Amino acid sequence: MAINLEDPKKFRTLRDQAHQVAMNMLRPISRKYDRAEHAYPKELDMLAAMIDGLSESGANEGAGAAGVRREETAQEKAGVKNGANLASVMSIAEMCWGDVGLLLSMPRQGLGNSAIASVANDEQLKRFEGVWASMAITEPGTGSDSANIKTTAVKDGDHYVLNGEKIFVTSGERSDAVVVWATLDKELGRAAIKSFVVPKGTPGMKVERLEHKLGIRASDTATITFTDCRVPAENLLGSPEIDVKQGFAGAMATFDNTRPLVAAMAVGCARASLDLTRDLLARAGVSVDYDAPAYTQSAAAAKFLQMEADWEAAYLLMLQAAWMADNRKPNSLEASMAKAKAGRVGSDITLSCVELCASVGYAEAELLEKWARDSKILDIFEGTQQIQQLIVARRVLGLTSAELR
Amino acid sequence: MSLFQSLRPGGRHGLPASEQRDPIGYAVAALNKVAQSDLLDRLGLRRTVEQTVFTATRSGFRTATAASRAFQKAGQKGKPGVRVPAASPSGVFDLTPTEDEQMLVDVVTEFAEEVLRPAAAEADETCLAPESVLKGSLEIGLPILGVPEALGGISETRSAVAGVLVAEALAKGDMGLAVATLAPGAVATALGLWGTDAQQQTYLPAFTGNEVPAAALALTEPTVLFDPLKPATTAVRSGDGYVLDGTKSLVVRGAEAELFLVGARLHGAPVLFLVESSTPGLTVEASPAMGVRAASLTTLTLDNVKVPLDAVLGDTEGAAYTEAVQLARLAWCGLAVGTGQAVLDYVVPYVKEREAFGEPIAHRQSVAFMVANIAIELQAMRLVTYKAASRVAAGKDASREIALARKLCADKGMQIGLDGVQLLGGHGFVKEHPVERWYRDLRAIGILEGAVLV
Repeated sequence: MAINLEDPKKFRTLRDQAHQVAMNMLRPISRKYDRAEHAYPKELDMLAAMIDGLSESGANEGAGAAGVRREETAQEKAGVKNGANLASVMSIAEMCWGDVGLLLSMPRQGLGNSAIASVANDEQLKRFEGVWASMAITEPGTGSDSANIKTTAVKDGDHYVLNGEKIFVTSGERSDAVVVWATLDKELGRAAIKSFVVPKGTPGMKVERLEHKLGIRASDTATITFTDCRVPAENLLGSPEIDVKQGFAGAMATFDNTRPLVAAMAVGCARASLDLTRDLLARAGVSVDYDAPAYTQSAAAAKFLQMEADWEAAYLLMLQAAWMADNRKPNSLEASMAKAKAGRVGSDITLSCVELCASVGYAEAELLEKWARDSKILDIFEGTQQIQQLIVARRVLGLTSAELR
Repeated sequence: MSLFQSLRPGGRHGLPASEQRDPIGYAVAALNKVAQSDLLDRLGLRRTVEQTVFTATRSGFRTATAASRAFQKAGQKGKPGVRVPAASPSGVFDLTPTEDEQMLVDVVTEFAEEVLRPAAAEADETCLAPESVLKGSLEIGLPILGVPEALGGISETRSAVAGVLVAEALAKGDMGLAVATLAPGAVATALGLWGTDAQQQTYLPAFTGNEVPAAALALTEPTVLFDPLKPATTAVRSGDGYVLDGTKSLVVRGAEAELFLVGARLHGAPVLFLVESSTPGLTVEASPAMGVRAASLTTLTLDNVKVPLDAVLGDTEGAAYTEAVQLARLAWCGLAVGTGQAVLDYVVPYVKEREAFGEPIAHRQSVAFMVANIAIELQAMRLVTYKAASRVAAGKDASREIALARKLCADKGMQIGLDGVQLLGGHGFVKEHPVERWYRDLRAIGILEGAVLV
């Protein structure tokens, strides 16, 4: 044991591979799919196959949203572990340095897969292996207050019957299945909310439309309705019991795992902006001197220093949250800290880089303006900035959700 | 100093140079001057105790530096000193301190809680670290934390991480007292890092013995837009030594210090010089500041100060000097994290107890989110600082990481100080609560150079 915050040695190869993929596969098609919103990035099929191959060869420990379970295995060595969670955040950050929208469109790397990995039992894990799952939580009238969802699931024989409307489903049209949050009994509140894996093509499930968005346009965002949609009972993830004591914790556990991933997306996108801006500034004759005080340097260099410091902060908070998950330490506080910091830093950096680069930053000839659009969603989905602050505040102050609303 | 000189516009009394005094203005100013000296007389400042207080808390009291002990020349000139090896990291990302570090942190935390915090308010007022604090810091071994084991210290490998953890733990008690107790160790650590055999054998025995001298790493200068890598203090080769001229500001415990490590420019490069306090030409003036007052801050003037050739610590190309600036900044980051934690720990119970509109103010999002942001930015400051420290300990270049840590700790640390006072409202503004002190202390981050070093 010793304090060391360098990138884990074990995953440096993975990180560098992901960087190469991002540079040579995603960047060349980044603008193309920003313009061609809703067109399927067919190049990703090849990439997904490659990643699957890497996974099977064991060379890759979770390039996407995989591996977020926390059960103890016997062969687990004692001591500090650098595992799948760290591997995931590092590779996702690299891929999002390439393109956030395309990363979100990666087959079989959806947030739904993360949900399955987090709450499914062993039988379900096996059954849904290789399934590309998207995640459907938000409803037209319910955003951050996800305990308030109105989609219902009623047991009928060996099926559940789902009714309701879900919006903002990332890859909702492209994925093989959708993980849907629905309530078994509205009266019982959050404890009655369960997640269901609904395979594409299930009668009663219909993709109504795809959204036109500010950013991450390569990733499609669907509105899906469920009308008397019958789902096999064994597709309910986790326990079907309504445990009032455990409450929302089961479903919310997904977020402990996905928030560091979204933080990783913001970190990756922001670094793309920083890297290019550093280069453009240098060509304009401005370079950052790490030893001279910021106030003795040009305003652009001083701003860059501040952005890079904030970026480093977000990056390390992200690694911390993942490291804690790898070492089976409860990390919901740290996951929210990471997402809050990365989300706001992502916006500040990408927007400020556009400003520093002036019209070069604003024009579509460069990708800076795109990154400034892509980054905004990362401070919103999987819990907005304000929700993260609420979670952190409750934890730090020791207040319940009734006391601090 | 003549009356007219002290009334010249341009900085004095906060007046910009564009201000002009008319005859009535001069008359009023003169009257004010007389009134003040009268006031001083009536306070009866001749009594010794009050004299001490006076020297430390009032600027303008100039005196010779302390008489240093006779540092017995020993060791071989030109022979490299003892160096500790870099720590060898396993390559595993890890946020857990070693067992030794944890033990050290536990001891220092207790010291900070039980000795530093209770003494903090008075030390801030009097600008003096009490004897009990200084003595306790020696018992813990603070001055020899960064000194190689072979030279009587406790450092087996590069101890930057331990140094940062200790700075953090101390500053959780009080930043001013932390700086006062860490100052001798800054010079001792520098001797361990860059000293020749002769320099180590001459000076380090004093630090590892029972009567540890006060010592100060003096890098800051009274210059607007100050850049420590371009000191205005000069060193000129003369005969068999150097002559130093210039002014160093915010020098910790300068009046008691027996050994100074002073930065000066030699042939265009910044260089570190060891200067014993009895060297002729040194004067010291009390210079209390906004915060970090317990560190008895002074201004050190070097007027035609002659030092021998082997007073140079490290190289003359600026490498050791630059590293010293970086390692001092890193230590300040550790201090910022500690004081930031003190703020968080203080405001949490306060906002939960304080009621407004019939319920604790913590139940309001505008209050709760401020607390959340303190917690988020504080943890960010800590991680960025630890990363820089772990790179230093591993012997890697940490220029970038230290610069980022310093920027983050200066910006976010100040925000935490600001919010700490704001969360207590009017109560935060009065001395009944320590948050106003932390507000003043946190402004030091990003401004003070040198003084502490890990």
